[in-house]
Amino acid sequence: MGKKSVWALMAVMSLLFTSLAIPALAADTIKIGMYLPLTGAVAAYGSMAYEGIKIANEMEPEVLGKKIELVLVDTKSDKIEAANAMTRLLEKEKVVAVIGEAISGNSMAGNPISEAAKIPTVSPSATNPLVNQGKNYAFRACFIDPVQGEVAARFARNELKAQTAAVIIDIGQDYCVGLGNFFIKEFVKLGGKIVSTTYIQTGDQDFSAQLSAVQAAKPDIIYAPNYYTEDALMAKQARDLGIKQPILTGDGAQADPLLEIGGAAVEDMYFTGHFHKQAANTDRAKEYIKRFEEKNKKDADAFGALGADSYFLLVDAIKRAGTTDGTKVRDALAATKDFKGVSGTISMGENGNPIKSMVINKVEKGKFIYVTTINP
Amino acid sequence: MTSTILLQQLINGISLGSLYGLVAIGYTMVYGILRLINFAHGDLLMFAAYIAIYAAALLALPWYLSFPLAVIATGLLGILLDRAAYKPLRNAPRISLLISAIGASFLLENLALVFIGGVPKAFPRPEIFDRVIPILGLRIQVLTLYTPVVTLVLLFGLLYIVFHTKVGKAMRAASKDFETTRLMGINLDRIISITFLLGSMLAAAGGIMWAMKYPQVNPFMGVFPGLKAFIAAVLGGIGNIVGAVLGGFLLGLGEILIVALVPEMAQYRDAFAFVILILVLLFRPTGIMGEPIIDKS
Repeated sequence: MGKKSVWALMAVMSLLFTSLAIPALAADTIKIGMYLPLTGAVAAYGSMAYEGIKIANEMEPEVLGKKIELVLVDTKSDKIEAANAMTRLLEKEKVVAVIGEAISGNSMAGNPISEAAKIPTVSPSATNPLVNQGKNYAFRACFIDPVQGEVAARFARNELKAQTAAVIIDIGQDYCVGLGNFFIKEFVKLGGKIVSTTYIQTGDQDFSAQLSAVQAAKPDIIYAPNYYTEDALMAKQARDLGIKQPILTGDGAQADPLLEIGGAAVEDMYFTGHFHKQAANTDRAKEYIKRFEEKNKKDADAFGALGADSYFLLVDAIKRAGTTDGTKVRDALAATKDFKGVSGTISMGENGNPIKSMVINKVEKGKFIYVTTINP
Repeated sequence: MTSTILLQQLINGISLGSLYGLVAIGYTMVYGILRLINFAHGDLLMFAAYIAIYAAALLALPWYLSFPLAVIATGLLGILLDRAAYKPLRNAPRISLLISAIGASFLLENLALVFIGGVPKAFPRPEIFDRVIPILGLRIQVLTLYTPVVTLVLLFGLLYIVFHTKVGKAMRAASKDFETTRLMGINLDRIISITFLLGSMLAAAGGIMWAMKYPQVNPFMGVFPGLKAFIAAVLGGIGNIVGAVLGGFLLGLGEILIVALVPEMAQYRDAFAFVILILVLLFRPTGIMGEPIIDKS
């Protein structure tokens, strides 16, 4: 190859490179990362949150005059994978903020990494108080477990008139242990009696031994604040064993697979929840529900609504901060007040925990039905 | 604890134990003949459950057609698995086969994850298995009665094949020595294919019974039944078909009774199963009914 052709080749190559580089610079998007469980035991939460985020992104695709680019990484419902996903979002994708994780245990694996990098995170549905404790950059769109456990206890005592309760806790999940303990405390404080406390493990399929023990204790209600995978099978086995008491649970059980797998066995199951479309009252919520149902041909659910709110809270904070600088966005997030979200009116309280109302839902004829709203 | 509750717990234990036993039969048979711990056994179970779901949903087959279809399809899948993952390693050291089995297990799980997705599906329980019989204050699911029956029928069927047919004779010969079996004019590959066919069909039967009892099907549903069946097989004496059923019953009863008698120990239920595995391996590696280990090499 002669000297001339080498120069020519270099010229062509540099041209190629600049032509590749220019659109990348010109696009100039704002990158928001998402780390969510799209496969594994709690895949339904991640997929539902992502559906909601996509709708929210359609409603507000731009901030500070730039297009928002969403970057999604699957955490496989696993703590180690969650930490890896967060590292990848921060180091490889260079996102300015992160939405996720959907559950508490995984958020606790990811948050220390974003905290060190001073990147704000908003979790749609990680409800354990420890998730944000001692963290400056961690926020969430949902209320926390103590409130949820307490409201469940109040509902059980005041509305369901329960004197005694049995509690079945998934010992493998911080979320379930948290809810269970706060319920027990409040229920006893309100003059109720806990007649049985028993444990299961995430991934268990047979609950017959625990349920027979619960049956022997003859409680007025059963509080089983576990995820939908376990609660669906448990409800089925409970009804097979002839247990007729109402089952009360948390937001983690309110997912469509529960209805599909539980069938008639989950009728009359009660949930403390974040959202019900019949309780939605903000303009944003109405617009969201309309778009969601047009696109997905199904009812708008709580996890989608919280995913959307995580997105809206972040975009609102970036707008008010006027920059994507992590610390300034964090300050703006912390100052959120009376924000009209999809799941209600949200103000940021201490530790990045929002102050918002809660709904009680139940299953009736194979659908999640709105029962009542309980204010903070 | 009242006697009614104890009796109910015993029924719960037998119901769970017969499921473990059912899954363990195929596990232990493949080991007995090929000296291969087929870690993909649990994943074949999962595939059987999915095939039964799709056969019912897409082809609108009633259960008495969709179940046999799932059993046959899973049997063929087992042969395919042998051809792809184990046959090329027939003369390799045993450790390579074991690693290949673990790889095959991950492959099957992730194939299901990619093509079907991670969200669990409901398994349609046919009406005739869905009834509950209340008797003397007890609640017995019809399924609970069927499972031990299915387990025992398949056990005796398999015993008949292994000990009273020509194919069974060849299988037993292969379990002693591949080379000599070949020298006797037996088509070894055919015998191994039949072994996998039977083993996988047994896994499928286990999978369908399992999915009827716990009607939630996901790509990882086979992992725990597979592990528990492995423990049951080791407990009964790995390679011994009757031992596997016995081991399954003991494990299931043990797991339920530990929760029934000491409710505070409920969270250690799985630990209990694995402690049994370790104890058996330490003190009686041949299990309850296993033959003493003879070095074949």
